[in-house]
This record gives sequence, C-alpha cells and structure tokens, in this order.
Amino acid sequence: MGHVWKMVGQRLALGVLTLFIVSVVIFGATELLPGDLARELLGQSATPETLAALRAQLGLDQPAPVRYWNWLSAFLQGDFGVSMANRRPISDLISARLGNTIFLALYAAALAVPISLTLGILAALWRNSIFDRAANVGALSAISFPEFFVAYILVLWLAQTGLFPSMVRINPTTEFGDKLYMAFLPALTLTLVVTAHMMRMTRAAIINLLASPYIEMARLKGLSPMRIILRHAVPNALAPIINVVALNLAYLITGVVVVEVVFVYPGLGQLMVDAVSNRDIAVVQAVALIFAAAYVLLNLLADVLSTLSNPRLLHRR
Amino acid sequence: MTMKPHQSGLTRRGLLQGATAMTAAGLILPASMTAARAEPKKGGILRVGIGHGSTTDGMDPGLWDNLYAQVFAAARHNQLIEVDANSQLTPEIAESWESADGQTWVFKIREGVSFHSGKPVTVEDVIASLNHHRGEATTSAIKPLMAPVTDIKADGQNVVVTLDAPNADFAYIMSDYHLAIMPAVDGKIDVQSTDGCGGYVVDSYEPGVQATLSRNPNYWKSDRAHFDGLELLPILDSAARLNALMTGSVDVIDQVDPATIDMLAARGGNRILSIPGTAHYTFPMDSRAAPYNDNNVRLALKYAIDRQELVDKILAGHGQVSNDNPIGPANRYFNPDMEAKTYDPDKAKFYLKEAGLDSLDVTLTAADAAFSGAVDAAVLFSETARAANINITVDRAPNDGYWDNVWMKQPFCASYWGGRAVEDHMFTTAYATGGAWNDTFWENERFMELLVGARSVVDEDKRREMYHEMQHLVSFEGAAIIPMYNNYVMAVADAVATPEKISTNWNLDGFRCTERWWFA
Repeated sequence: MGHVWKMVGQRLALGVLTLFIVSVVIFGATELLPGDLARELLGQSATPETLAALRAQLGLDQPAPVRYWNWLSAFLQGDFGVSMANRRPISDLISARLGNTIFLALYAAALAVPISLTLGILAALWRNSIFDRAANVGALSAISFPEFFVAYILVLWLAQTGLFPSMVRINPTTEFGDKLYMAFLPALTLTLVVTAHMMRMTRAAIINLLASPYIEMARLKGLSPMRIILRHAVPNALAPIINVVALNLAYLITGVVVVEVVFVYPGLGQLMVDAVSNRDIAVVQAVALIFAAAYVLLNLLADVLSTLSNPRLLHRR
Repeated sequence: MTMKPHQSGLTRRGLLQGATAMTAAGLILPASMTAARAEPKKGGILRVGIGHGSTTDGMDPGLWDNLYAQVFAAARHNQLIEVDANSQLTPEIAESWESADGQTWVFKIREGVSFHSGKPVTVEDVIASLNHHRGEATTSAIKPLMAPVTDIKADGQNVVVTLDAPNADFAYIMSDYHLAIMPAVDGKIDVQSTDGCGGYVVDSYEPGVQATLSRNPNYWKSDRAHFDGLELLPILDSAARLNALMTGSVDVIDQVDPATIDMLAARGGNRILSIPGTAHYTFPMDSRAAPYNDNNVRLALKYAIDRQELVDKILAGHGQVSNDNPIGPANRYFNPDMEAKTYDPDKAKFYLKEAGLDSLDVTLTAADAAFSGAVDAAVLFSETARAANINITVDRAPNDGYWDNVWMKQPFCASYWGGRAVEDHMFTTAYATGGAWNDTFWENERFMELLVGARSVVDEDKRREMYHEMQHLVSFEGAAIIPMYNNYVMAVADAVATPEKISTNWNLDGFRCTERWWFA
C-alpha cells in the first residue's frame, strides 16, 4: 500500500504545478483577448476619459505581470478576491454555483453510470445480437446529436406536455426531492450525451478479455456466460472502465454550459462564459482552477482505484 | 449579449404618430373596449424572463448597461422625472421643475418620500445621486450627458442645476435611467446598496440567476406597483425564454425572436406586444475614408439597399422603414416630408457615375452583436446592391469584442442605436462634429450651426423647422445608412393586464412593466 500513498503524494504535487501552469496560461489567454473589463462594462458608450477612470479604479492600468502577481499572492493566502465587475466576493459567487454544478454532475452520473455499465455488460454478453446492435445504435445516435438539440427534443416531449419543468429554478433552500424533479431534464440530457462513451468502453474491455485463455478455461469448466463475465471478466476490465467514468465525470463538471443555458441552470459554466466575455479575470481564474482541479483529482482518483483493483499493481514485488 | 446603453425615444408631440403606429400593429383596443377595461388590482407575483443579465452585473448605476439591470433598477428606484406612457415628462421625485433661461434649472424635491430603509429622501441624496455621474473621476456611462452641468447645489427643498449653456431640453436628461435617486452617506451614494425609493423592496439578488422583490408598503405612488412581489429572471436563450412562457414558468418575456412570433401567437394563452420605438439599426460609414468621403458614393449605397425587404425579412414586419433618419416617427420633431429613398439600382448607378465610378467594391463588417440578424441584413444588402454594380463583401466578425475592434474602427460596419430622448441628444451623441460616439466621423458646418442654435430657441415652429432641416442633412448628406426602426417585441401571458398605452420609450413599457402592469 505504501507506494500507492507515494503515488498520491507525487500526483498531488504535480497537480499543484499543473494548476499553476493553468493559471498562467488562462491569464495570458485572457490578456490576448481584445478589449478589457472596463471596455466591456462601458460598452458602446465608452469615452476615453471614463475608460481611463474605470481602468484606474479597477487597477487595470497596471502592467499584466503586476496584476498576475497581485492575484497570485492573494490567492496563495486563500483570498479568491472580488469580482472586478460587481465587487462581490468570488467565493460567494462560486460557492452556490459549484454546489449546483456538482449536484447536476452527480445526478447525471447516478443515472448514466449504472445504465451504461449494465448496457455495456449486457451488450458484451449478447454481442452481435439485436440487443447489442440496438444499444449501440441508440447510444451512438444520442451522442451524435448536439447537446442543445437533445435538450430541445426533451423539452418538446417532456416539458411542453407539463411532465417536467423546462426551467431549473433551484436555490440553497430547495428541498432535495424538488431538486431531483426540477433538474431531471438537464440530468437526462447529460445522461444521453455521456452514456455511449462509457457503455462502449465497458463492452470493448470485456470483449477484449473474453478471448483470454483463463476465460476459455472458465467456459470449459461449464460456467454460465453471465457468471463468467461478472465474476471473471469484469474485475479485470475495471481499470479502463474506471478511467472512462472519471473522464466523463470531469466532463459533466466542466463542459455543460450549453445544457445550463437551455435549462437556465445556475451552474459554473454560465459564470465562466459571463466572466470570459466581460474579461473579469479574477472570476475566470477561479473557475478555471476549479475545472482544472476537477480533472486532476478525478484522474488521480481513477488511477488510485485502478491500482487498487489490480492485485499485480497493488502487490508489486 | 449585452445591450449597449442609449438614451430613450420619448416624445412630447410624437404621441399621435406613435398611437397611429400602435393601432396599425393591432395593439390598441378600440375605444369602446378600453372603456370596459378593468381597473388595475393588486396581487400576484409577476415573473419576468429577460433576455439579458449576467453574473457580472454590478450595482453601480453608472454602469447599468443591459435590460435586466434596467428593469431591476426601475423596480426598486425612482428618478427625478419619469417619462409616462404618453411620452410626457411626469414628476417623480422632483415635484416640479422650471427654468427661466434654460441655463439654470430648479427642481423642487418631493417631501414625504422615504427609502426602503425608512430614511427620508433629502435634497442631499438627490445631489449625491446626480454627482455620481459627473466630475473627473466618474466612471459613469452618461458622463458626456452630464458634462454641461457646471454646478449642482441645494436651495431649501430645491436642487439648482447650472449648465454651461442654455439647453431647453435639459429636463429630459433627468429622466435617464442611470440617474436613480439613492441614499447618500457623507455626500456619496453607496453603489453596492439596493436601497431605493421605488415600488419594490429587494428581498434577494443573485446576479445572473434571479432577483426577488416584494411591494414597498410605503410607496408614495398609490396607483402604481400592483404586484405583491416580483421575480426577475435572466433567460438568455431565446428558445428557453419562449419555453418558459409557454410552460407557464414566467408571465412576461422580452425580445421575442421575430421568426417565432407567429407560432407563439397561434398557440394561444398569451399575446404579443409589438411596440414601435425610436430604436434603429444602422450601417455607419467612415466619412473621412475613401470611398465614403464622397457623398455620391454614400448616396449610391443608400439607394442600393432594399429597406422594405429588410423590415419584412429581418424584423418579420415588426418595424418600420427609415429614411436614413435617426429621428423616429415617435419623436416630437420627426420630419415626415423627406423624399423616400426606395430601392433604385438606376439611381444608385447614377450617383456612382457622378462619383466618377463604374462599379464599387466595398467591405461591410457585421456581427449579430450589432443587432439580431445583422449578418443576414448585410448579405441581403450585398445581394440588392449587385444590381447597381456595387460589390459588397460581407465580412463576418465575432460578436465578442465587436464594439472594441469593429465599431468606429472599420470604415463600414453594422451598428444600432436605442434612439434618444430628444432630437438634440441623438444628434449630439452620434452626429455632432467631434462627438465621442460620432461613428461616421461626419462633419457638417450647417448642421452644427443648426444643432447649437436650436438648443436655445424657444419658439416651437422655429425649432421644428430647424430639426427638420437637420434630419434632411443627415439623411441626404450624412454617412449613416439607417434602413429601419425596430419594434420592441414582448409576449405576455393572458393573465397579465397592461394599460391601454405602452410606452414607446424603451423596452418593457419604459422598463416599468413591474410598476404599471397588473394581473387581471
């Protein structure tokens, strides 16, 4: 077990380095965008004098490296800073939305992971059957349509008939049951989008193993196909499955802005888009770091879990 | 995604034209029916889905720049002067106002009005609220409008404003939505505060998510603010906005996509409000740059655009043709007598010949940030211009950063104006020599002479004549192609009752739907 902890430590240290690089890249990229916050806030009615006054007020008249350093030193002391656009503490802006984003990601994952694993295992069990083909065609069709299209179709079928609300209006005081009801359509949309990837990976990983000699042995022993897959194939197929699940979870946290817009869901994606289009760098940085941290941590978790699931890696000689 | 701030399009005399246009659009009920219309009654929570609003919206009144901020502000704040649905100036916090010479203005502040916090509204609060938008260090978007103000001082219950030159229309500026009256602390307003003296008290506000408000029990206007409470929701996606109205999640939406108006109307349960205002779409040309420095070239382009087709296709009929005139039919001094510029390729060729050209190649830069459908409008323009030997290459620019990189930088692009309170504002803002937002860089001596002269002319007929001549100059010698005035298109659930007249001054009944509308 010791080397697993060592790996976690190393990976966390590398993760911090990754986050630092991400923050530099994001800052630089935002600098490359034309215009700045002052220009965006004043819009078409900007005059040179009001622009200069607003830039001075926001500290935008300082050179970029100074601004980056100011941000970094505050951040390292645990101070996310305030949004430059509306002077609200960024931690306030983010906390509720981060909660909503994680809720939606977990909700979608709670639907998608069991569905795709079950479908994947069954498809492997009955491979090349009608069921296998139907599951593949269905999942691939769902992933091939753009998210907003899937979302609008669900709105047409399930919201306009009055079954589910088309707008998600949740706040920290909403009851859990109401949350599940209101967020059902966005969660279902995301489920349709991520299922194909996980299902097909599960199917491929299992089918890959079914050609191995030990499975052949199990079959010769007369075990039932279901038992062969569940007892003998799945444990060895876990590593790739865990990885693809982690990757999709990270996507559910970071990549759902389109779904947020269609269902008016108050998540981090919309905050990021607003902040980028207004050049509100402090907010962009904070959200980008959260997204990057989600990727780093989920990938680490996936690696740890696949190590634990593999005795050869767990008990190295 | 942001609506850029502009002044309003109210009128004192334009009521007749405005009313005619609204009747034409089927918005005003016949007189016999309006007589039977129920009186406003109290109650209900109004939910408004607005196509703007973002997480970066701030509270600083100098930076309110989108419809969400404007409607939210109108719900919680009052100004000195309100523009009513008939486009007349109406006393609000200023009980009355007068000026003997147009240079010194005296506003008498209403007594007995208090902020939501209970603090009475004082002369000091008013002065601090106005001063927030002037001076060296201000970051307010309306600094240029307040620039002529040289002094603001208290005189008992009066606020005395002194200008650097007479301006007969100054009272209109006080109706600007940025000039909300907010409580002062040590002579300054707290821009982070939501405290105001308007009809609703803010209960909660999460930028970009929602604001909830409840009726101000001490509101000084007894016949306004009929709803028990408000929920203001930013819904940026136009399909999501439509869905929200159709599934009953909201009661009012704005900016209905022209393509979906007919479908929405056919569905029932709601009605469309299509209100002609002074907002207009433009294609400004840089009058300093070749070939646009030749007025013949500009005229050739003006005759090569099919205005009616643009109204029909880009606005789905929810608008009116404009004759390159930034002053709309809803304005007081609108000039209706100018020769209409219909699509005429032969005339365009004639002007090209006058300019010594057989054909013309130009690039028109457009993005939908300028106005919804701007790229399509540019493509239609290039199609119709081809018959006049004018080749327009449409250069599609990204929405992001459009106002920074394209507008007033590219010699020929798409833009829009929200219209202006008064003719003088519109002209001073966008057509006066050296103006900060003169996006055509147009300079015309006669125009400037009239513009400055008209400010101190008191005689109505004389002023009208001067403004008519200015409009003619802008239309036939100016460098902006202004093909159309666009309507404000909103949709409301049947349960929402609206007054018989809806303001042509700004969207959502002059931002004041929350105060003027009620549940039937």
